[in-house]
Amino acid sequence: MKLIAAMSGGVDSAVAAARAVEAGHEVIGVHLALSANPQKYRSGARGCCTIEDSHDARRAADVIGIPFYIWDMAEEFHDGVVEDFLAEYSAGRTPNPCLRCNEKIKFAAVLDRARAMGFDGVVTGHYARTQESAEGKTLHRAVDHSKDQSYVLSVLTVEQIAGAIFPLGDTTKVDIRKEAEARGLAVAQKPDSHDICFVPSGDNAGWLRDRLGSEAGPIVDQDGVKIGEHKGAYTYTIGQRKGLGLTVPTANGSPRFVLKIEPVSNTVVVGAREDLAVTTMRGERPVFCGSAVTATKERGFVQVRAHGAALPCTYFLDGPLLVAELDEPLLGLATGQAMVIYDGDRVVGSATICETE
Amino acid sequence: MSSIYLDHAATTPMVEEALMAMTTQLAQLGNPSSLHTHGRATRKTLEDAREVIAQGVGCLPSEVIFTASGTEANNTALKGLYWQGRDNGRHVVVISAIEHHAILDPAHWLEEHEGAEVIQIPVNIDGVVDLDFLKSLIASRGHEIAVISVMHANNETGVIQPLREVVEIAGEIPVHSDAVQSFKKIPLSFKDLGLYAMSLSAHKIGGPLGVGALILRRTVEIPALLHGGGQEREIRSGTFNAPSIVGFAAAAKSAYYDAQHVQTLRDAFISGVMSAIPDASINGLNSQRLPGIVNVTFPGTQSDSLLLLMDGQHISCSTGSACSAGVHEASHVLLAMGHSQLTAQSSLRFSFGAVSTQADVDHVLSALPDVITRGRAANLS
Repeated sequence: MKLIAAMSGGVDSAVAAARAVEAGHEVIGVHLALSANPQKYRSGARGCCTIEDSHDARRAADVIGIPFYIWDMAEEFHDGVVEDFLAEYSAGRTPNPCLRCNEKIKFAAVLDRARAMGFDGVVTGHYARTQESAEGKTLHRAVDHSKDQSYVLSVLTVEQIAGAIFPLGDTTKVDIRKEAEARGLAVAQKPDSHDICFVPSGDNAGWLRDRLGSEAGPIVDQDGVKIGEHKGAYTYTIGQRKGLGLTVPTANGSPRFVLKIEPVSNTVVVGAREDLAVTTMRGERPVFCGSAVTATKERGFVQVRAHGAALPCTYFLDGPLLVAELDEPLLGLATGQAMVIYDGDRVVGSATICETE
Repeated sequence: MSSIYLDHAATTPMVEEALMAMTTQLAQLGNPSSLHTHGRATRKTLEDAREVIAQGVGCLPSEVIFTASGTEANNTALKGLYWQGRDNGRHVVVISAIEHHAILDPAHWLEEHEGAEVIQIPVNIDGVVDLDFLKSLIASRGHEIAVISVMHANNETGVIQPLREVVEIAGEIPVHSDAVQSFKKIPLSFKDLGLYAMSLSAHKIGGPLGVGALILRRTVEIPALLHGGGQEREIRSGTFNAPSIVGFAAAAKSAYYDAQHVQTLRDAFISGVMSAIPDASINGLNSQRLPGIVNVTFPGTQSDSLLLLMDGQHISCSTGSACSAGVHEASHVLLAMGHSQLTAQSSLRFSFGAVSTQADVDHVLSALPDVITRGRAANLS
């Protein structure tokens, strides 16, 4: 096949590209320039998006022996990922930008462009696997569960999965680093990236405050009684306990947690730990990586964070909404997060959480 | 499959004579600044080379200042002439709007750090500097201008600039010209043009990378960028790179470049492009141009996609403009010629060299329709 390898400058995408070449594909490396004004040097724990990273990617492509280009996706990234991130926060939700990037950039803008230019698919260094089945290609967890990235890929449609190649899904990260070393790739020991790539300082709250302002507002208890003041509602996360600055103690001295963020009234609602408990979640705009979920209740697992646990649940479709009923209550679940349904290791589909109870 | 190289304006193969001269010199011992036998021997070859370059560009040997690149020559000239002018109360730097970044960026640096005011001479739709603009600028502010820099021929479009007229209009104001692209391609005489300063680069004419020259009138003294051993009229200190300089001179002397041959290929290419892609357009078509450079706009495409697709067909060409972190930006040259961001980013530069053949042209023309079709599809995706 003729493939585009998306190369961030990190070790995973470099090894993925090398493996694709070794598998006999005709591979071209592409680094996505996602920032209109990239920083010159890496700082903190990001592994992409700086000029230094694009040099790392180019060097890896040269060592592997494949052509290499940089595609300017800054505008698409800004509109599809950064703006969405801001909009979600200002609506009081907690988005996952990596998931949005896969949905709108890597397996949309890039894959579409690749296909138009005569390529068959896009190779990435994601830790996930695909399998051929009667219903087409299905998406599965990586062998290395600690690195599994199927969660952030769960937004891909059947059509997108068909054009996705994940050569690393059968290997552990430790072995990928060893392999990179053996292949002479200088990025073998480059640190993992785990912050949000477009927040260079790593200070998400500060970054949001700079862009959304920091309008102070009330912190209230569940009865609506004001017990404190916050410095910008969107810098809080559901389930957050620290940094609330509350001086009024609860009757029994138990700690308070953020239960809810109400963007319209700019209010943060706090309450007791048990009030965080969620047993049912509903998600909008569901996407299925294979045959669609129906109104028939099925047993499976739901995951609500990139590296969260797979929680046993019953799932079904309720009109346009994907519903998961948990066997055991979960503490602290924010709207805007993705709920990803698994059948064993297979990704069934995902939706953006819009209601919890 | 053989690969086709049509990026000779970026760099071109070393000519045999240069390769021979350079490798011979690499084996020679001696710092040309040393006074002993070894030093003298190297100095002899170095000064021979200087005379060859001087003869090649119509200047005196003492007017040749060897540098490490055309960029260095440009920086030395522009900054030096500006500082010299500033000492005499002149703070305006005039450059054309289509200069190479090696002039554009030092000019902006002078503006940001050294108190210069930079004025750009616009170009017309055919890529030629507006002489009337320059005339009225000099009429109103001539006494404030420290230096005027207008390239001899543009690196992206090949359009030749009316340098003689620029110098005439400039009168007593020092004029510098970046002649990196035109040297050896069209007649060039420092003296006849009446320039104060001129920049050259070896690797664009079949010499080695990493060496260039600033041609500077013998009576002009400008501040140095590099201070040290006082070589090159104390304007450019640093041990002479004798092997590269010797290679440079050998290339300058060589008769390898047949302008007529190159131009014939270029014209065959242009007519082939126009019949294959009728809505394509050649930038600067109505102007005098260098024999080897063609800049084509392919509507509805993005040049970085085209470059990838061309590369996939083993054809090396260029988007012709600078990259920022590898991201292709709209060419300031095409923008200055009236292109929109969109059409400026739909353009490719093909540059032919002495070694180019009709077979190269045929190969590119056969690959072109499919590349453009896919490029257009990618643009719509």
